[in-house]
This record gives sequence, structure tokens and C-alpha cells, in this order.
Amino acid sequence: MEFSTFLVQCLNAVQYGLLLFLVASGLTLIFGIMGVINLAHGSFYMLGAYLAYALAPLFGGQFLLQMAAGVVLSVVFGFLLEWVFFSYLYQRDHLQQVLMTYSLILVFEEMRSILAGNDVHGVKLPEWLSGAVALGDLMKYPVYNLFASATCIVVALGLYYVVNRTRLGMMIRAGASNRDMVRGLGINIRLLYRIVFAAGVALAALAGMIAAPVTSVYPGMGGQILIICFVVVVIGGIGSISGALIAALLVGLVDTFGKVLFAQFSGLSVYLLMALILIWRPQGLKSKGY
Amino acid sequence: MHTKFTALAAAGLLCSGIAHAQTAPIKVGLMLPATGTYANLGEMIENGFKLYVGEQGGKLAGREIRYFKVDDESDPAKATDNVNKLIKRDQVDVLVGTVHSGVALAMAKVARETNTLLIVPNAGADVITGAMCAKNVFRTSFTNWQPAYAMGVVAARNGHKKAMTITWNYAAGNESAKGFVEGFEKGGGKVTQNLTLAFPNVEFQALLTEIAAQKPDAVYAFFAGGGAVKFVKDYVAAGLNKTIPLYGAGFLTDGTIEAQGAAAQGLSTTLHYADNLNTPRDNAFRLNFAKTYKTNADVYAVQGYDAAQLLEAGLKAAGGDIKNRDQVIAGMASTQVDSPRGKFTLSAAHNPVQDIYLRQVKGNINELKGVAIKALADPAKGCKM
Repeated sequence: MEFSTFLVQCLNAVQYGLLLFLVASGLTLIFGIMGVINLAHGSFYMLGAYLAYALAPLFGGQFLLQMAAGVVLSVVFGFLLEWVFFSYLYQRDHLQQVLMTYSLILVFEEMRSILAGNDVHGVKLPEWLSGAVALGDLMKYPVYNLFASATCIVVALGLYYVVNRTRLGMMIRAGASNRDMVRGLGINIRLLYRIVFAAGVALAALAGMIAAPVTSVYPGMGGQILIICFVVVVIGGIGSISGALIAALLVGLVDTFGKVLFAQFSGLSVYLLMALILIWRPQGLKSKGY
Repeated sequence: MHTKFTALAAAGLLCSGIAHAQTAPIKVGLMLPATGTYANLGEMIENGFKLYVGEQGGKLAGREIRYFKVDDESDPAKATDNVNKLIKRDQVDVLVGTVHSGVALAMAKVARETNTLLIVPNAGADVITGAMCAKNVFRTSFTNWQPAYAMGVVAARNGHKKAMTITWNYAAGNESAKGFVEGFEKGGGKVTQNLTLAFPNVEFQALLTEIAAQKPDAVYAFFAGGGAVKFVKDYVAAGLNKTIPLYGAGFLTDGTIEAQGAAAQGLSTTLHYADNLNTPRDNAFRLNFAKTYKTNADVYAVQGYDAAQLLEAGLKAAGGDIKNRDQVIAGMASTQVDSPRGKFTLSAAHNPVQDIYLRQVKGNINELKGVAIKALADPAKGCKM
């Protein structure tokens, strides 16, 4: 492989990894802090993508405004969902959590089918993002992909800041390591949970909105991302945001180069990585909360 | 006296039973996807089938048709159970299905074991009319090999020497890539690499970079649905379409053009149907379909429609008696189906011997560019019948 090709492949890997991180960070937050196995997390990604599809005609070319509106809507949605369903799950065992979140997947899929149909829909790129930059004489790289990566980096930095440098972040970290103590200190854990959950939904939905113009929106798109995100969360260490970032980039790298170098086993490479890391560190790369 | 009466009654019952068999409705088991990604395709096939039956006044060869339906959910794991519901519970006379190749394989297997008549109205897995072929298994669609082989021949004819293929690493994708390689290399070209990624993964960027690095003369792609949309868009976004022409099996642009938008314009694909054949037969069919279902017919509707035509041919040959299996099968195997796609006959392995069209995307349709290969028969590798 030539060096220039190698660099472009690295760019591909990082870009895929960053998008995975956006979805996985929400999953690991909810999983690590509230102890809920949320199978419906992929549906939030799908929700975001369909939001992008539905909102696009309303906002014309105002792409950033449209994304902001999508995030606000998904935060509200997350809030309601936590209140109506998830707040009853914390004291239950994992089987009941799996059953309920799985049934939510079915409900969301059916609603998607009723509201948007079963067709594949394209989402238009805004004019100012639809160009491409030449990367050597090799190929052109879509500007939108760079924009998507940049957005992911901004969100990741923001997340890092909130979790490590703010009071809310301190409560979140504390909640992840010792729930009962946090409650004992008089912190409103119910509200904290609700905020974390809504943030998780918004992160996944944002990822879906970012992905929609390149992937288009289609039935079952949440299921694919969910599995790979669980891989990321498990590799990174359950509940660890920085772990999720490292794991997502690792998965992106292994998946990208696995596809190119070992085409016949491309589906396997990511799971092989997971197996190896779990043999080495059964608890994942990082521990909770950081 | 009593026994005599019973005997009489029994005889009466028996008589009416025989008469019943001749006039009772034919039980058609439709095993198609009603939910999931392929739900639309299932609906199109069903509508096509029912349109033809409706055109014949609700009867085929004078026999009424009664439908039994099972949603196969395109789930191979449930396929055997689902097909047994139709065969054992509903005791259907003929099975029609399905879209997903994995499910269709399970259906073909059960059909072979129980000797149930089966018509496959879409699934293109080569083995159904290849190594797994059977007297009672028919297909009105295509094999994955057919359009791919034709595309290979066309690509070689266009002067390309070095090509790469890209597809999902699953049965349909691999069969399609193999078909292309066969056609392309027969025409003097050489396929340097078959790129694959796991089904239904859509992260193409790495493979596109690989294509850009290797600079082949042409690329052949087999994707469908959401994957097809994303691949075509990514290919154009990477600027590859300017230097390396992209070819595909028809599914790359069938039912996906709207979502692909500008990226699909000018794409060449091969299939056994096109959107503007403009023959009287096709026009009549499309008009009637549009009137009945308020939507435009597509290749799936055609395949369903032809499944009904094929069944009728068998029934006619047997004088309407579906239990007269040998006659029915002989009638089906030897008929010429007057399909909207153009007339076709069946090969010895019961797969259509049909023209494969070359189409090019223009606006929102797959415009006919000509016939890539006339009356192309699948080689039916491994079929012993």
C-alpha cells in the first residue's frame, strides 16, 4: 500500500470512528450511570436520521439551524421517554430492561413504517457542504465527511469539558461510581438520570442527523449501528467516555484496514479485536466514569 | 337397511368429494414479506399475481383461486416453520414465494421434500435452479448470474480491460460478482480484485480509496436498497465516476433512483426489465396495474404477474386439475410466457430464458438502451434432472 493511500485510509478510519463514538458515548453514559441496558439506543440514531429527512424541507438550506432544531426535539423526546418508560426500569433486573427496550425497538420501527414508509429516502446535502477537495491525484474527498468529523470532534471536546470540568459532570462521574452515595449526599438523582438520558438520546440522534445525508435513511438502520456500538462500549469499558473514544477509533481503524487487507474476513476483524482485548482486559480499556 | 343407507351416503359423499375436487378453488399459498425492508417488494409481487388473476375474471383455467398468506419477514430462521404452515395447516396446492434468497432456499428445500409445487417470483440464488433444482420448483424472475454475466459481456465490449468488483460478502453478492467475472473475462477482460464487505455494512470509504489507488478501467457493483443508494452516492462524492465508469446489476438503480438523485444519472445497469420497454404488451400491463393499484408497476410486479401466468399454463395443460401433477409440470415447463418484459420460455432447470436489457438512468427512470444479450439461459451448474 502506498503511503498516500495509507493516509487516506487513516482519514477514513478516523471519520468512521468518530461517528461511532458519537452514538456509543450516549450508550455508555446510559449504561454506565443508570445501569440500564438500552437496546433501543440504535432507534435514537434512526430517529435522528429520519428527523433530518423530515426537517430538511422545513428549513430549506439552513443546515446548522436544522441540526439544532433536531437536537432540541430529541432532547425533549429523551426527557419524555425517560419519564414515561425508563424511570421505572432502574430497580428492575437486566432481563426486564432488555425486554422493554427491545419492545421499544419494535414500536419505533413500526412507527417509522407508518410515518415514513418502508422506502429508502435520500437526504439532500446543503449547497455549501456538497463540494469535494482533491487529495493528491488519488481521489476527491467529500467536504461533508470532513464537516462530519469536525462536528464529532467539537461534540467530543464539549462532552469532555462537561464531564470533567463542570459540577454536572462531577455528579455524573460520582453517579457512575457510587449511586447510593450520590443519593445520600442529597443530589437529585432522578433529575440527574433524566438529564443523562436525554443527553444520550440527543447524542445518538445527532449522529443520525450527521450520517443521514451520506447513508440516506432506510428501515432497520438502527439495528446495524447498535451492535457495533455495543462492541465499542464493551471494548472501551462500560461507562467510560474516554474509553469509548479510544475504542471507537480502534474499531474504525481495524474495520477500515480489515476491509482493505483481508477482504474475505472483513466482517470478522472487529469482533476479533473485541475478543483479544477482552482476553487481555476483561473489564475493557478504561474504568467507569472518565 | 341401516348399512345400505350408510353405504349410499358414503358413496354420495365420495361423489360430491370428487366433484368438489374439480370445482373447489385452487389454494395458492403466498409466502412473501409483508414487513421489513422487503415489504414493498412483497406487495408488488402479490399485486402483480392478483392483477393477472383479476384479468382472467378471478379464475385460472376455469378454477377459482383462494389465497393463503404468510408474512415471511425475510427471516431465513423462520422460513421452514412458515412454509410448513402453508403446506401442512392450509394444505395449499401451490406455493408462491419469495423475495429473500435465504428464505427461498428454505422454501425450495421443503418443497422438494414434500413434493409441493413452488413458483419463485424473485429470489435470484443460482442454486434454486442449479444444484437444488427439482421437477416441482419453478422461477419467473432471474438468477443472480444472468444480469451480472450480461454486464460483464457489455463491459468487455465497451473496451475495458481491467475491472474490479465490489459487493456484500453474501450469497447473492458473490454469485453476481462471479457472473460478471465470467462474462468480462470471456470478452477478453481481466478482473483484478473482488472487494467485499460484510452484509449489510455501508462503510464504503475504505474500499473506494482502494479502488482509487488501483485505478481499474471499470467497476462492477452489486448492492440493493439502502446500500445501493449509499454506494452510488459515495462513488460520485469520491469523484471516481469521472475517471472509472461504474456498472451494476439492475438492483443498483431499481427503486432507489429517487434517493440517489443526481448521483445515479447516466449509470448503466443490466436487468430483465426496464422502465420504458414501450411494447404494447408492457404498456397494457403498466396501464392496468396503475389503474388498479394507483402506483407504477416495477420488475417485481412483473415477476408476480408472470408467476400467475405460469400457473395458468400448467392448469390449462391439466384441464384445470391441479392434482394431475405431471400434466401441470409439463404444461408449465413447456409454455411460452407472454410476459410484459417480453416473451420467455423456461430452461430445463425451470429458470427463464430471457433477454437481458441494458439500461441507463435518465431522470427518474431506467431508460432502455438496448438488449445486452438475447435469450440468455442460466448455465444451471450442478442441476441434475
